[in-house]
Amino acid sequence: MQDIDIVDLKRISELIYQKYNYDFRNYAMSSFKRRVQRIIDLKKLTVDGLLKRLNDTPSFINEFLDELTVNVTEMFRDPSFWRVMREEIIPAILLNHKQFKIWHAGCSSGEEVLSMAILLKEMGILNSVQLYATDLDVNIMERAKMATYPIKNMELNEKNYIRFQGAGALSDYYKEENGMAVFNKDLLANVNFRKQDLVLGEPFNKFDLILCRNVMIYFNQTLQNEVLKKFHESLFKYGYLAIGSKESLIWCDYANRFIVVNNEEKIYKKIKD
Amino acid sequence: MSMFTLNNSYKAVVIGGSAGSFQGVVKILAQLPKGFPLPIIMALHRLKHVRHGFIEALSLKSVVPVVEPDDKEPIKKGGVYLAPANYHLSVELGNNFSLSTEEMMNNSRPAIDITLGSCAYVFKDKLIGILLSGANRDGAMGMKYIKDRGGLTIVQDPAECMIDTMPKAAMALTTIDHVLKVDQIVEFFKELDKHYR
Repeated sequence: MQDIDIVDLKRISELIYQKYNYDFRNYAMSSFKRRVQRIIDLKKLTVDGLLKRLNDTPSFINEFLDELTVNVTEMFRDPSFWRVMREEIIPAILLNHKQFKIWHAGCSSGEEVLSMAILLKEMGILNSVQLYATDLDVNIMERAKMATYPIKNMELNEKNYIRFQGAGALSDYYKEENGMAVFNKDLLANVNFRKQDLVLGEPFNKFDLILCRNVMIYFNQTLQNEVLKKFHESLFKYGYLAIGSKESLIWCDYANRFIVVNNEEKIYKKIKD
Repeated sequence: MSMFTLNNSYKAVVIGGSAGSFQGVVKILAQLPKGFPLPIIMALHRLKHVRHGFIEALSLKSVVPVVEPDDKEPIKKGGVYLAPANYHLSVELGNNFSLSTEEMMNNSRPAIDITLGSCAYVFKDKLIGILLSGANRDGAMGMKYIKDRGGLTIVQDPAECMIDTMPKAAMALTTIDHVLKVDQIVEFFKELDKHYR
């Protein structure tokens, strides 16, 4: 197996930046290297072959992004997080706003935004909440909009939903068709899907809650810092930011503008502009 | 006369284990020399949805408390680290950890191959890799990466393993420098420690 070195990774990210205006230059090395390796193996290319394909075939970039970005997710991942959402965070927002906005940054194939929609529906407030779901990868967002997942994924999703102690059964929300779980599209009626680049994109709205769980782990600390600034700007004062259970903000410059609301579930609150 | 030819050039130890490895890990950590200077980075197969209990159980008898690092947490000398539930654990060139939720590898997340592979990439010949008892082939490729980059490879003696698939898979794939029982691995750590005093 050919080993990719740092110089190769830099050549690849530089080419993508110059030619396609996506910036992977500050992605965490270890996972970026594995993702590039994966594409090279999948397409049976060499590093030079990959560079040539990226340079000569513009249509290849979407396929490349789709493989490069990590699109592994579950519904109700970390059920205890979702219980805290339902029992503490959403009620706290409702104290001040009957209507509010949530941003799922890096929504991938949509399992998390769908989980949120189910949670809100069970709280009886789905129609009062405007949800935004964004991703860099347009292909994966098309899958998110379909709200259709392989039945084999549903075992784990059901287990998570049971641990979340949902109001009914997860199967209340989908029907089975040709080996797929097809969710009720009404759940996503209030979801605004849009392409958004966390790295190069600018803040586009203000939110009461931002969920960005297990997305920034693919960034190095420099980039985490920059993205946190954008989240800070995109939050109303006293708005909430949720990151993955093993992520941390403490090494970011803007950390002191947030307080920890729940350290176990990594939920933060913006307290300073 | 020691059975090991060691020196003080090593920067880290990485340990992989699965079914049947828990007792071995507990024993190694309980008898670790006080002030052992290298970080010990462990990827052990575990239940994906159980976030709590594992480090507590491992820390009960361990000389050094076991930590599940957060993403980008710095790697400390003498720290003992465990890959958290449902995340892959890697090391970065800046001497910190990173986590990922990439696809399962060898049906596992954390996958031993990922942790071993990234350690091999960063620490090269300054790495010691240890693979313990286990029921699948995860870790074999990682041990090969370690050997290919000049690191030292150790597997638990298959004769002692509750399930020997994992060390045997590594032995079939690459050169293993030492095949040791857990008690001998404990001795290995003591020998290694002396080179840093």
